[in-house]
Amino acid sequence: MLGGRDNEKLYTRRAIVMGGLQMGLLGVLGTRLAWLQIAQGHRYRTLSDKNRINMKMLAPSRGMIVDRYGVPLAVNNQNFRVLLVPEQVENIEQALRALQNYVDITERDIADVLKEAKRSSKFVPIEVKDDLNWKDVATIEVNMPDLPGVFTDSGERRSYPFAEATAHIVGYVGAVNKSEIDADPVLTLPGFKIGKTGIEKKYDEEMRGEKGTAQVEVNVVGREVRQLEVNESTPGKRIVLSLDGELQRYTQHRLSQERSASAVVMDAQTGAVYVLASSPAFDPNLFISGMPFDIWEELRADPAHPLINKAVAGQYPPASTFKMIVGLAGMRAGLVKPSRTSYCNGKFTLGRDTFHCWKKQGHGRVNFDGALAGSCDVYFYELAQELGIEKIAQEARLFGLGEKLDFDLSEERPGLVPDKKWKLGYNGQKWQLGETIVTAIGQGSLLATPLQLAVMTARMANGGYAVKPWITYDLAQNYNKAQDWEKIDVSSAHLKAVRQAMNLVVNNEDGTAFRSRIKDPAMAFAGKTGTGQVQRITMAQRLAGVKNEDLAWQKRHHALFVGYAPVGNPRYVCSVVVEHGGGGSATAAPIAKELMYEVQKRDPRTKGVEEKIHVEEAKE
Amino acid sequence: MAHHIGLSSDHGIMYKFRHISWGLVFLIFAIAGIGFAALYSAAGGSFDPWASRQIMRFIVGVIGMFIIALIDVKWWYRLVWPAYFGGLLLLIIVEVMGHVGMGAQRWINLGFIQLQPSEVMKIAVVMALARYFHSATIDDMRRIYFLIIPAIIILAPVSLVMLQPDLGTSLMIIMAGAGMLFIAGASIWLFVAGAVAVAAIIPIAWYFVLHSYQKQRVLTFLDPESDPLGAGYHITQSKIALGSGGVSGRGFLEGTQSRLNFLPEKQTDFIFTLWAEEQGLLGGLLLLFLFGLVFAYGVWISTHCRNNFGRFLSLGLTINFSLYVFINIAMVMGLIPVVGAPLPLISYGGTSMLAALVGFGLIMSCSIHYDTKLTR
Repeated sequence: MLGGRDNEKLYTRRAIVMGGLQMGLLGVLGTRLAWLQIAQGHRYRTLSDKNRINMKMLAPSRGMIVDRYGVPLAVNNQNFRVLLVPEQVENIEQALRALQNYVDITERDIADVLKEAKRSSKFVPIEVKDDLNWKDVATIEVNMPDLPGVFTDSGERRSYPFAEATAHIVGYVGAVNKSEIDADPVLTLPGFKIGKTGIEKKYDEEMRGEKGTAQVEVNVVGREVRQLEVNESTPGKRIVLSLDGELQRYTQHRLSQERSASAVVMDAQTGAVYVLASSPAFDPNLFISGMPFDIWEELRADPAHPLINKAVAGQYPPASTFKMIVGLAGMRAGLVKPSRTSYCNGKFTLGRDTFHCWKKQGHGRVNFDGALAGSCDVYFYELAQELGIEKIAQEARLFGLGEKLDFDLSEERPGLVPDKKWKLGYNGQKWQLGETIVTAIGQGSLLATPLQLAVMTARMANGGYAVKPWITYDLAQNYNKAQDWEKIDVSSAHLKAVRQAMNLVVNNEDGTAFRSRIKDPAMAFAGKTGTGQVQRITMAQRLAGVKNEDLAWQKRHHALFVGYAPVGNPRYVCSVVVEHGGGGSATAAPIAKELMYEVQKRDPRTKGVEEKIHVEEAKE
Repeated sequence: MAHHIGLSSDHGIMYKFRHISWGLVFLIFAIAGIGFAALYSAAGGSFDPWASRQIMRFIVGVIGMFIIALIDVKWWYRLVWPAYFGGLLLLIIVEVMGHVGMGAQRWINLGFIQLQPSEVMKIAVVMALARYFHSATIDDMRRIYFLIIPAIIILAPVSLVMLQPDLGTSLMIIMAGAGMLFIAGASIWLFVAGAVAVAAIIPIAWYFVLHSYQKQRVLTFLDPESDPLGAGYHITQSKIALGSGGVSGRGFLEGTQSRLNFLPEKQTDFIFTLWAEEQGLLGGLLLLFLFGLVFAYGVWISTHCRNNFGRFLSLGLTINFSLYVFINIAMVMGLIPVVGAPLPLISYGGTSMLAALVGFGLIMSCSIHYDTKLTR
């Protein structure tokens, strides 16, 4: 061997150096491993869990809405669907054809599924068809062995059993808009619905419930491997309304005989709303299943505004129903006394202007009772002229006109009680005396909603307590009788005088609503008719004797009625507005009679769950 | 003639068999066994598709290893140049085929195995250098022109492998060659000069030699979090898997990173990650310890050889094997860029398994025939 021992020694030295180098490098690797697994272990364990654990949200069940008797007005129906997992079938189309033997699947459905399958991951189930009935589901379940990759599940779908009858109150739910997304993460769930109108909107958060979560382990492509931990969702709260569902349905049906009408029945003492109807209406279930375009266009274009809740959002001149307010203002000012009379010859002259009474030949000499019972305009023209607008406006506000009443439905509108300040702000002009004259008979700029008119009547009927209307629990706990409400600064004697006159309107043969009276003395009601002018009647028309019926529907008068019952011990009040319905006594009073009769017969105040109206925890 | 004092290679087969390095064989089986367990886990607790095939290859490879070990080292001495030039020829063939055929190609399909000429070349270069240095003296090693031929032996295959392009293998051949020069007694100053030269070459290589994907790997290595879902994904996920293992690991078949496929290439290049995720620091250190014993065994065999060829060959192959281990494990732990090197004996793959076992066969041959006399 060459090199001899020197060579060998050098070699051994170098080999040992090489071995040492290898051990050193192994030491570096070991140190690095220890650093990663001990020093950084916790951090990487967290990162690893973040990788593999997905939090899945579980949708809560939406709370029901029921009427005062517990009858459901908004429920969740089970929505059965059939789904298909692409990775579990060899050929999607074949699988769907096989499914066609059992349920009705259109070519379009098949095309949709095939399109969807191209877009999504193979393990994500694709909805083939929803809204299946129980028979379809059972058929599919039984034939499951022949249908690989196909399965059914059930979700929830909102349904409104009363359909049109409660559409405006209950409202409906719809998909979440971008602008509606708040801190609540359930809103981001696919297919999650929130309240869009009515009670569904107002108490959306209460009914929504709370999300549940499921921790699922996922692999790198996001496919669920197993569930780790489940926190069930909390169902939303049940909302109980003061509404009488049957009476509501009755009213809605009665109003639908008119082109466009609305009505309110409420408790004079507590403020509970029993009926809140607006006709025509729409079927809220169509918003859930998908509104057909032609029906939507029809609803939108209809001049009778079926999408609007006219009972709270319709603003009308209150017409002669406003005369009680003018009368009360007159009494407060000491101007209305039994001795005060007016002579009505059918018209009233102010400077160069002439104001007509609805009765062309005049009422003759009338006192307050006669003027209200016969709805004499001239008496109130003269009274208003002396009072001035400010006193009338103040009185109107005391009775709930001209402002929102904090009602549960956000669609509520404030109406309008005009005065000098308003006029100045409105168009910068000075108030004209003529405007006071037309306001005296509830015309001009004056506007009120049917709900406000009912509240006004309730405050007169209950002895001057400032009831506010409510349909859910917000106010319910605190108000069980009229005395729970604040007392209005008004004399009981004045209210009694007004009620006496309102009694004459219905129950005296000179009264404008005499034909609509209830003959049973225990159920008799009192009230006031009103006929609201939509368009000023021109002198030419007056001379030509044009009758209201001859005018186009949209130019005809509104028919109004407000009333309370029973006469002796007022408990229920109602207001009825028939848009372009002609005269109050001819069109609105008969409807009011039926409502007053039905509500007394059913007497919802003594029944149902009123004293317990509140949010109940749904039990599931 | 008493066998135990025999100086030549004409021992009986049973004698040779008894003198196989059984300690080394045990270590190889232990390491390969860990590999099988890891592959079984990688398939989610199944022998199919990886562990079963790996075991088959291992059995075939071990038989080959024994055959190689029992053949007298003088035959390997004589086969050096045919092996070296044959390997070079195969490299040229894949290069030409690559140009004619389908882009970058690194292997030749021999039917039963896809042969990578670069793997053959890693062993052949070590053999050729061992042969060349076999007859060198210390004085020879100090003469610079004596080292021209070794340089050619190293750089000829390196340049061909670079053309493939396979930077990782090229660097490994260079490093193994440098190791050979070192143990053969080349001047320390040569290595100092080499280091300076490399430092000078890096900027040139960056702009003129490296392909963009190779540059990207280096950049990603330097800052893997800059692109966690792209090129840095491998490193980031591998570090998460390792780190989440902790001291005791997540348990056999419980490694979530690998089982849920967050860890790419878990059965090949990232098998160490899977093992250390499930078995923790203790399992990882055990494997490093076993590798350390293998290295030590190789050094020990080498220093006990009585001929230079055996010394250089056995130590060169040990260096070769250790380079694989270092590069793979350092890569999965984020210490060096991802170069795509398997962990020998453990990663799923036929070529690397066979290459490792052939190497051990040659080391054992050196050991059994430690006193064989080789003519020049």
